[in-house]
Amino acid sequence: MKKLSMAVAGIAMAFGAAMAQDTILIRNAHIHTGAGQEIPGGFVLIQKGKIAGVGAKLAAPKGAAIIDAKGMHLYPGMIDSATAIGLTEIGAVRETNDTNELGEFNPQLRALIAVNPESEHIDVTRANGITSVMTLPAGGIISGQGSLIHLDGWTWEEMSLAPNVTIRLNFPVIAPISAGPGNRSSSGYEDARKRYEEQLDRLRLFLEEARRYEKAKRAGTTAMQSDPKFEAMLPVLTGKTPLFVFAAKERAILDVIQFARREKLKIILAGVREPGKALAEIVKDKIPVILPETHSLPLEEDDAYDSQYTLPAELHQAGVKFAFGSFDTQFSRNLPYQAAAAVAFGLPKDVALKAVTSNAAEIWGLGSQLGTIEEGKLADLILTDGDPLEARTQIRQMFIAGKPVSLESRHTRLYEKYSKRPQ
Amino acid sequence: MKTLRLLAALAAMAPGALQGADIVIQNAKILTVTRGSLEGSILISNGKIAQVGEKLMIPAGAQVVEASGRYVMPGIIDCHSHIAADAINEGSVSVSSMVGIEDVLNPEDIDIYRALAGGVTTVNVLHGSANAIGGKCSVIKTRWGKSVRELLFEGATPGIKFALGENPKRRGSTPSFGATALRYPATRMGVEDVIREAFTEARKYRAEWKAYDARKAKGERALPPRRDLKLEPLVEILEGKRFVHAHCYRADEILMLLRLADEFGFKIRTLQHVLEGYKVANEIKAHGAGASTFSDWWSYKVEAYDAIPYNAALMHKRGVLVSLNSDSAELMRHLNLEAAKAVKYGGLTEDEALALVTINPAKQLAIDSRVGSIEAGKDADLVLFDQHPLSNYSKVVKVFIDGELYFDREADEKARIKDELRKRSLEEKQKKQTPARRPA
Repeated sequence: MKKLSMAVAGIAMAFGAAMAQDTILIRNAHIHTGAGQEIPGGFVLIQKGKIAGVGAKLAAPKGAAIIDAKGMHLYPGMIDSATAIGLTEIGAVRETNDTNELGEFNPQLRALIAVNPESEHIDVTRANGITSVMTLPAGGIISGQGSLIHLDGWTWEEMSLAPNVTIRLNFPVIAPISAGPGNRSSSGYEDARKRYEEQLDRLRLFLEEARRYEKAKRAGTTAMQSDPKFEAMLPVLTGKTPLFVFAAKERAILDVIQFARREKLKIILAGVREPGKALAEIVKDKIPVILPETHSLPLEEDDAYDSQYTLPAELHQAGVKFAFGSFDTQFSRNLPYQAAAAVAFGLPKDVALKAVTSNAAEIWGLGSQLGTIEEGKLADLILTDGDPLEARTQIRQMFIAGKPVSLESRHTRLYEKYSKRPQ
Repeated sequence: MKTLRLLAALAAMAPGALQGADIVIQNAKILTVTRGSLEGSILISNGKIAQVGEKLMIPAGAQVVEASGRYVMPGIIDCHSHIAADAINEGSVSVSSMVGIEDVLNPEDIDIYRALAGGVTTVNVLHGSANAIGGKCSVIKTRWGKSVRELLFEGATPGIKFALGENPKRRGSTPSFGATALRYPATRMGVEDVIREAFTEARKYRAEWKAYDARKAKGERALPPRRDLKLEPLVEILEGKRFVHAHCYRADEILMLLRLADEFGFKIRTLQHVLEGYKVANEIKAHGAGASTFSDWWSYKVEAYDAIPYNAALMHKRGVLVSLNSDSAELMRHLNLEAAKAVKYGGLTEDEALALVTINPAKQLAIDSRVGSIEAGKDADLVLFDQHPLSNYSKVVKVFIDGELYFDREADEKARIKDELRKRSLEEKQKKQTPARRPA
């Protein structure tokens, strides 16, 4: 144990020196490129935040900080494709929550500008090897815009990786409200169906108005007043910005796909749990999916006990491209174990890793910049003492855009403080 | 109805008849938890572990379970769960010690089977945390398919739930469940007071009974005190016959409860959640309370904001008896992976980590002579994994309770095909019937 902590201290010192450097050479690392290649004892050169070289042996440029990573593994930093990091601090405290705005249609809202760079969740999540996250609003029917952010930066502007790349849509579902704490009367299926149909109508109407707005704008109508809501919808209508559509079950997913076809919209399906016959349609339209926590209970009492555990493998076998999202903030740090749980139930290991690295990068439109260890990409890297999808593995160092970042957090600080309390 | 039950009981006994036969699990990697690891075999006889060793004689007629490449660990024990119960919180009063989970146990809760499929064989089913002194709890085994009586862990010391902090004081500021009145207490001060008042009453009640017993022993005529079902369990606590499992978060309230218990002369058996336990580990150790915590939950409320995933390791290193629990029907399905996190956070050894979900909770519930490790003489509650149970790539393949096979992944997979076909044929049948019943 002492040896271990000394080794860590040694690394930390090397990084201390590297902190101000533009050029870093990592040598003797077991490199897992995430692009189908493994290089034992390999070298990675980082220059100006990017990966300038990857190979079995690279020469150190003049003035480069050298990090000897003997016995360690180098992986691409992981990406959580669904969180509210930066928007929420303490679940039960209203004042710390900025995820759910009032109103049903808010495509103009941007999660990015409400990200608190000082949130303790950033450091805590980073400590487990996650270098970037998709952070999203959650309220209403159209919640607002999600952004892919780096878990490092002095301001949200500096954290921003792919700003406003998606708009979240919580697709209406038939959901009877059962009596319980807070409401004493239940509403039956008919009420729920009516509510659902009304919501669908309003959604259709909203899109129709947005299209009229677009048409008027294209026609150069001079008397037109700019409308932030409809402005925000323009890239969605042209298919430039995908909708992040939350839909869990077969019926809702079929609804969504039909809707997307009719309205000619680009979509990403999120929170898929029970696709059933919709799976074939997902495949047909090549819709990418953001999968929720693998460790979930089956939705129905008579579902197989492992129905949520085997879902990623089923999607993979069907040919669906997916990434994992924690759909959480406090548990974002468990993203790697979400991927590993799917492996236990049939998902190939390399696909699991892709689902928290390159697949996520590609789905968010940053495939050429992020997600693998390849020349030209951003140097988002983690040095580990083993497989990062295993809980027993320690993340030893992290680079975000080539910068060594601290793995300390509120948790390590409290741990150290109270470890020192006299017995 | 009664005959039906009887038939069901008879049917359930049929596989039990096999229990008489010896079982040998052979060529397994055995993680005993208390006596290291070995490659070898386990002989099960009469529902108990008869022998554990590298080479065992296979008795004639024994059923052999080939387990090469598989890992065997003791059945997992969850010290904090709410499965298998039809009700959790009697939240109308601040002291609800008159109610008990045993009265609402539901042996048909599917979560029992799901927990079993995750390797859980023993569960401490607790009352909720709505009141400072909550209801009585029950320790059960996940004997799926058996009756309520057969779920109960024979001879386990009964328990009771206490709760401190935000949950019990919530209704002092927010009326809920349609109620208009606020309920005392509204502060942590009030929580202490509720417990103090209750034990002050319990002491008096106990003294009345003692005086009565003494008079009776002397042959004097005496009128017995009126029975008080609320105070009886508290007297049992004072007499060490009932375990207190206390829900708590912050260091201050943990210390408060320990001091209160010291004052009244009883022990807190386990502190539950105890997310700031690491701050007062010395005091917990000195009192002798066990600590049953989450691996890594934090930030969901203010009192969980100082929670750290190093809590289990830090308390363990200070000599506290620590377990990891789930408080969740989902999380309890992979407590072995929760244990793996204690290797990451705080550097516990693999045996120490596994102990957090096996022998340690067994000790906390005082059932460690029966379960919690793989040792001759203990109940044959065993879990077979396809890989090391601390690996995130592992899964449960078989689970034995009392030497009886209660979960078998292969059998489950086969059964679900049959179930699906049956479900479809029923649905078809219903479809055919439906039009006839509808008016034209």
